[in-house]
Amino acid sequence: MFRLEARPQPSRAMTVASPLLALLLTAGLAALLFVLLGKNPLAGLSAYFLEPLNGRRQLTEVALKATPLILCALGLAVCYRSNVWNIGAEGQFVLGAITAGGLALWMTSVGFKASAWIITPLILAAGALGGMAWAAIVAFLRDRFNASEILVSLMLVYVAQQLLNYLVFVTWKDPKGFSMPHTPTFDAATWLPNLVPQSRLHVGALVALVLVAVFWAFIFRSWRGFQLQVGGLSPAAARYAGFSARAALWTALLVSGAMAGLAGAMEAAGPLRQLTPYVSTGYGFTAIIVCFVGRLHPVGILFSGVLLSMFLIGGELGQSRLGLPNALTGVFQGLLLFLLLACDTLIAYRVRWVGAVPAGGAGR
Amino acid sequence: MSDSQQLLGLRAIVKRYPGVVAVGGVSLDVPPGQIHALLGENGAGKSTLMKVIYGAVRPDEGQILWNGQPVAIRNPQEARKLGISMVFQHFSLFDTLTAAENVWLGVDRSLSLAEVTRRVVKVAAAYGLDVEPLRPVHTLSVGERQRVEIVRALLTNPKLLILDEPTSVLTPQAVERLFDTLRKLAGEGVAIIYISHKLDEIRALCQHCTVLRGGKVTGEVDPSRETNASLSRLMIGAEPPALSHAVRAPGEMVLEVGGLSLARQDQFGVDLADIAFSVRAGEVVGVAGVSGNGQQELMAALSGEDPRAPAGSIRLFGRDVARAPADSRRAAGLHFVPEERLGRGAVPTLSLAQNTLLTRTEAVGGGWISVAATRRLARHLIESFNVRANGTEAAARSLSGGNLQKFIVGREIDARPRLLIISQPTWGVDVGAAAQIRGEILKLRDGGCAVLVVSEELEELFEISDRLLVIARGRISPSVPVAEATIERIGEWMSGLWSGAAAEGTHVPA
Amino acid sequence: MNEIALLIAATLASGTPVALAGLGLLLNEKAGVLNLGAEGMMLVAAVAGFAVAFHTGSDWVAMGAGALAGMAMALAFGWLVIWLGTNQYATGLALSLIGGGLSAFVGLGYVGKKLSERTVFDIPGLADLPFVGPAFFRQHPMTYIAIVATLAIAWFLYRSRGGLVLRAIGESPESAHFLGYRVRLIRLAAVLAGGALCGVAGAFLSVVYAPLWVEGLVAGRGWIALALTTFATWRPWRVLLGAYLFGGVTMVQFFLQGEGVEIASQLLSMLPYLATIVVLALISRNPAWIRINMPASLGRPFHPGS
Repeated sequence: MFRLEARPQPSRAMTVASPLLALLLTAGLAALLFVLLGKNPLAGLSAYFLEPLNGRRQLTEVALKATPLILCALGLAVCYRSNVWNIGAEGQFVLGAITAGGLALWMTSVGFKASAWIITPLILAAGALGGMAWAAIVAFLRDRFNASEILVSLMLVYVAQQLLNYLVFVTWKDPKGFSMPHTPTFDAATWLPNLVPQSRLHVGALVALVLVAVFWAFIFRSWRGFQLQVGGLSPAAARYAGFSARAALWTALLVSGAMAGLAGAMEAAGPLRQLTPYVSTGYGFTAIIVCFVGRLHPVGILFSGVLLSMFLIGGELGQSRLGLPNALTGVFQGLLLFLLLACDTLIAYRVRWVGAVPAGGAGR
Repeated sequence: MSDSQQLLGLRAIVKRYPGVVAVGGVSLDVPPGQIHALLGENGAGKSTLMKVIYGAVRPDEGQILWNGQPVAIRNPQEARKLGISMVFQHFSLFDTLTAAENVWLGVDRSLSLAEVTRRVVKVAAAYGLDVEPLRPVHTLSVGERQRVEIVRALLTNPKLLILDEPTSVLTPQAVERLFDTLRKLAGEGVAIIYISHKLDEIRALCQHCTVLRGGKVTGEVDPSRETNASLSRLMIGAEPPALSHAVRAPGEMVLEVGGLSLARQDQFGVDLADIAFSVRAGEVVGVAGVSGNGQQELMAALSGEDPRAPAGSIRLFGRDVARAPADSRRAAGLHFVPEERLGRGAVPTLSLAQNTLLTRTEAVGGGWISVAATRRLARHLIESFNVRANGTEAAARSLSGGNLQKFIVGREIDARPRLLIISQPTWGVDVGAAAQIRGEILKLRDGGCAVLVVSEELEELFEISDRLLVIARGRISPSVPVAEATIERIGEWMSGLWSGAAAEGTHVPA
Repeated sequence: MNEIALLIAATLASGTPVALAGLGLLLNEKAGVLNLGAEGMMLVAAVAGFAVAFHTGSDWVAMGAGALAGMAMALAFGWLVIWLGTNQYATGLALSLIGGGLSAFVGLGYVGKKLSERTVFDIPGLADLPFVGPAFFRQHPMTYIAIVATLAIAWFLYRSRGGLVLRAIGESPESAHFLGYRVRLIRLAAVLAGGALCGVAGAFLSVVYAPLWVEGLVAGRGWIALALTTFATWRPWRVLLGAYLFGGVTMVQFFLQGEGVEIASQLLSMLPYLATIVVLALISRNPAWIRINMPASLGRPFHPGS
């Protein structure tokens, strides 16, 4: 039988190899699933892993979808490293879309015109503030009432969705809309500037790249970032050092709320250019996976964001080209995280084959 | 004595862990009715060896003989079936359950709770152990909890009883009562393995002593015929180093505590009541006391981890710091070494360089950390305090207990504090490092620093303190100069029986 | 008057699946394991139950299938968390995410399908009593089973030796291990039992309560069941009452709409979630109280021997 044996030191090699191993296993299970569905496994894997990188247009789509994932995941990384379990990034994303969208609608209705250098930062700031405010509710309830941030942030996701529905179906409804309700389209002045012509990729991608560097510096070189980490690793040591747990809680939630809100704003003012009930297709939850697969590390998140974006694109390609249901993407994402957690065991433990235990005397 | 006349026999037991050989070929014999001491400093292999006998851990090599026959002890239940029972150093009781329920969990399945409760009362009476079966364990004092553990062990009708450092939580008077119980058991033919590093106790109680060092047996002696010095030589290979303790006149008032009353923070804690004492520059004040009498709460109030003390109750150089956070107290010169190293004094997974940042902020400027500066400081500490570690980037948890303690103590001493508060300075630390740490404390004191030491080891406090206080049930005794104190008197005080205390209802059930 | 009776009946029905899931999670947590995957388990069980009901026509077989589906997912979770020692929060989250994706995928073929005619249950005699009859005695048997289950679990936890062992493990697995108890196996048993109960709850939703399948049918009830264990301070009867409270708040929106109250349906739909937040805040306010009742080892991994 197999036995797990503790390693004297965590294995450096496995820290890097574990996500790759998990990815391989996921791909293997995916291939199996394709076969069970009666599809060519190689074609399926190619749709998910190769096709999304094939050609300029595909690459911009990957970058487009990776942007909100990376932004949300950066904020979540700060949260999880502080041991604050914000699961409501999805709700904070929606609120960012709402506040940014609301501002854009107002600008559209009054015909507000100004240079993109003014409008874009305003729209993005509105989104960040919206997400921050939503996360602040969670922080307040945890600070003042000791309520679990996991459950509160999750409940607020459902509330946020209903709020969006209400605004889109009732308050901001486009009277000219027919079957599917939506708000009026935003005026072109409010759209995010395009980055690559003939594509949907907007400046948000650049902002995300810059923020990767900013977050790296924050987490690993700033005093505040260090305090947050200690609070997450050993709360008693943080108290001993005099680091404020309350400051850590608020910082973590406000930062992650702002990032999710920012991502929501980019989605509303970027590819969507209006608000619909489906503003977020689970970005906030996928970002949790991106965060873990990226090892809660900004550079890792950059790579895992791209990877999971490929899954999303691959899902669409698989559906249109091979008839594979898009819902498979959700399965693969969850599997990747699950297998990653299992493979991570190998960082701290070695697997050994041990023979049958002898009847008498000592020996394993 | 032939093999079959021995109750327990160990033959060449070996147990390895990654990176270390905990037990490297140990053999010993225990006949029925013998009180057998297992002596060794921390890290010598005593606990691991006991885990092997008790079935919590399986040896890599070697044999266990029971009544002369080889046996395989695969888990604690099999050990219990053979008749081996253990009373742990850190109790394995369940706080939210009653004493009787705790005992029930440790005995044979077929008995009902009512029957077990009856037997508990009977056994407790038979051996003079005062136990109330229906009280939830979290309401019991430490001494009471130990008695529940012992009763639980006795109810399994053991032939071999193992006790792991049982007296660290007892007053001297309670230790005597424990010894009476153990002698009675031995008289009935129960063999007892008594694990300890306290030489006086072993010499008073035990008939035979096996000494372990570095996982091997270095001697088998009759302790009543040995001296502390000879036992010490077997235990650490040398005599305990003598510490020079010059008498000095204390200087200015550094720490003044008065009217410190503090409600406990959680249900299982202790309220502090009207604590008052002072510490001057150039003196070491020792606080003795059985664990669980308010030391944790007092330390947290003094260090700033608990900022709820009444205003004015804690003054540092005359300034009120009762509500100040930990970092501002540090800026005023108060440095603290907590009793938990991993998880409080240092973050286990962070490097030594990063761990300097917990209490030393010289490397921080304008909100940014200079990694190079943290490494320089860590290197300086490693060298100055003789810390054995794999460089400044070694994770704190990769260091041995003694070395990590040296690092943490060094980090605080190197900050040139005006007041050093240190809790359990040498708990779990090997003798060499312990001596070094005590020496550093005395050096600090000689340099004019005020030092407050809280320790459960009376010998240690007598060795390094100038004055002694006792904390019991959240109250502080009057102070007494070390030269005038005796172990008996301090022992009484540890039960809360200092003059004037009776009126306050301080009596500690021991 | 009749509307009140119907509201009560609807509350009981609506609270039943949440109560069952909550009881399952209670067993988990009493043993010290926090399973954030409840939502995922319920979703997969819901789709499995619906599919089985669709093909076999039998409700009870369907709910059995739901229980099995829940246990299968719980087994995967339990292996990772108990034997491999993975982070309980992250693993539970992963389970919920997989459950969401898997149920959406498997359920594609069942959206819009209808099950056979639903039986109306009532207890003969009692169901005809004025007010009390329609309020309490026209329920699906599962409602009564949930109440019996609460009783059974309360008895198990506080009056049996098995329950004592479970609670001991939840408080200190290390001490239980030293006493010789197979901590990991007992924890796994608790996790599987929890999975089975969540599975039955999920299948009940899709086969009896709705009855239909759409993606995301469970609508957060798994998370609410998790909140329940906290605001019931880990006591079985309070889980049941809390579930009914939640059920009541959910039903109130229809009641209000029926009474002609002019509030948008989307805002009313927020009520159950907002109510959960409010109750959570009120209950958690006293950290000392939580600490006494919460199983001390909840969320921490356990590694036997070293």
